[in-house]
Amino acid sequence: MHALRGVDLDIAEGEFFALLGPNGAGKTTLISLLAGLARPSAGSAAVMGHDVVRDYRLARRSLGVVPQELVYDAFFTVREMLRFQSGYYGLHRNDAWIDELLENLSLADKADAYTRTLSGGMKRRLLVAQALVHKPPVIVLDEPTAGVDVELRQSLWAFIRRLNREGHTILLTTHYLEEAEELCERVAMLKEGRIVALDRTVNLLRREDEQRLELVLSSTLLPENLDARVVGHDGNRFVLALPDYAELEGILAELRRNGIRIERMQLRQADLEEVFIKLVGQGA
Amino acid sequence: MSGFGTLFRKEIIRFGKVAMQTVLAPVLTALLYLLIFSHVLAAHVEVYPGVGYTAFLMPGLIMMSILQNAFANSSSSLIQSKQSGSIVFILLPPLAHFEFFSAYLLAAIVRGIVVGAGVLVVGLFFADLNLARPLWVVAFALLASAAFGALGIMAGIWADKYDHLAGVQNFIIMPLTFLSGVFYSIHSLPAFWQGMSHYNPVFYMIDGFRYGFHGQSDVSPWLSLAAVTPVTLLLGGLALRLIQTGYKLRH
Ligand SMILES: Nc1ncnc2c1ncn2[C@@H]1O[C@H](COP(=O)(O)OP(=O)(O)OP(=O)(O)O)[C@@H](O)[C@H]1O
Ligand SMILES: [Mg+2]
Repeated sequence: MHALRGVDLDIAEGEFFALLGPNGAGKTTLISLLAGLARPSAGSAAVMGHDVVRDYRLARRSLGVVPQELVYDAFFTVREMLRFQSGYYGLHRNDAWIDELLENLSLADKADAYTRTLSGGMKRRLLVAQALVHKPPVIVLDEPTAGVDVELRQSLWAFIRRLNREGHTILLTTHYLEEAEELCERVAMLKEGRIVALDRTVNLLRREDEQRLELVLSSTLLPENLDARVVGHDGNRFVLALPDYAELEGILAELRRNGIRIERMQLRQADLEEVFIKLVGQGA
Repeated sequence: MSGFGTLFRKEIIRFGKVAMQTVLAPVLTALLYLLIFSHVLAAHVEVYPGVGYTAFLMPGLIMMSILQNAFANSSSSLIQSKQSGSIVFILLPPLAHFEFFSAYLLAAIVRGIVVGAGVLVVGLFFADLNLARPLWVVAFALLASAAFGALGIMAGIWADKYDHLAGVQNFIIMPLTFLSGVFYSIHSLPAFWQGMSHYNPVFYMIDGFRYGFHGQSDVSPWLSLAAVTPVTLLLGGLALRLIQTGYKLRH
């Protein structure tokens, strides 16, 4: 059994890159290989040119990883954890940066709290802070926003964006595809351990050049001859593919003929989620 | 070696924060042994001429505490962080294998010796204890705590749950310590067990340690040193090797 097969991936310095894929696709496994938490049965990986097995110390120094699991060390406070983490990288006077991290991750008032008393979202943000204590050139975030509330998610991304602007390379996994669409220049989609798509985000979106017609209707059933167009359906909310604007008239007429009222209507581009479903979904 | 200092300090603070459980409790346990055994046996046993039973017993109890606590420190710290997942915090940074090894080992030695010193101080209320050859005391305390600290590292890495650790404690460490002459001179044992004791490294740890206090022992302290040193080096080497291979730590 191999969790990854034939993955060949190059992420450039300074990129904001998303690694997407359904549960069990192998995203965390790939990150574990980079971080030296797992060893490949075949193949190799390098961070900033340092082989993760041969030059493990240089590779690890270049890397900051936010693990997917919500782990914490119950013995210590937030500040103690961050000081220890700094010390492991040889940084013994790091309080200025630690304070900045706490500020940016909205943890300043929790600095002296024991980690076990933090809420789930706070623990997640502490993991982010721990990954950044040594200002690593490459930052890997394995679902950093899972369980983090909307407002703090925004401030987290603002902070990560700033780091990216300052030259840090960002590798991100998330199941919130709108995050990846908004943030990442390039995307790899992983399915059962293989890369099924690897392209710039705009190109992936352009691949799906059909328009989407989003409808909220008075009925939870569509006229039968519209069934073939459905790409999304939830109760009385339908998403229809619209290859040509000219077909819009026909659709509206069909609804009227069946006495179905339109409560809301919107025309938009396909989003990353739809591209994703098409490329890695059940049927793909 | 900058990461080493931090990891070592973290390990010290870790047991310091729960000193009730990691220092006071084992001192109390040793004290209970001391009270009960010296009360029951003091009138009947004189192992070495001029050394009361309680004074004879003390070095054995101190050494037993050193061994058990050195083992407990590295093994429980490792399994705790493995189980909570917080082990990633030390697997991700660029700590050299040797830094990882020596930080856990040194913290185990410190814990063993702190508890041993605690037992010594408390024991002084019950018996006068010489320090005939203090260098031997120090040498055996260091070698023995290092050996069991290293054993604890191996057990902590190998064990998947506390049950496994309890197994090592109950089926290896307890028999080794109890059949090593903590409570008696092996000369009082039947010939078979006396012979067996000579294959038990803990016997030499205790005997050499005892020599440091009383200037008398079952075998020459040099023999004990020659028996214990390779054991410590071997266990240390194995523990380091385990860390280098990433066994059970890196998949
Ligand atoms: N420690 C392990 N031992 C054996 N198999 C594992 C282990 N960890 C993961 N796997 C398997 O490897 C595959 C990839 O898992 P991985 O955790 O990399 O997926 P993922 O893409 O991160 O998924 P998710 O979105 O759920 O986090 C899965 O089939 C999983 O069952
Ligand atoms: Mg994962």
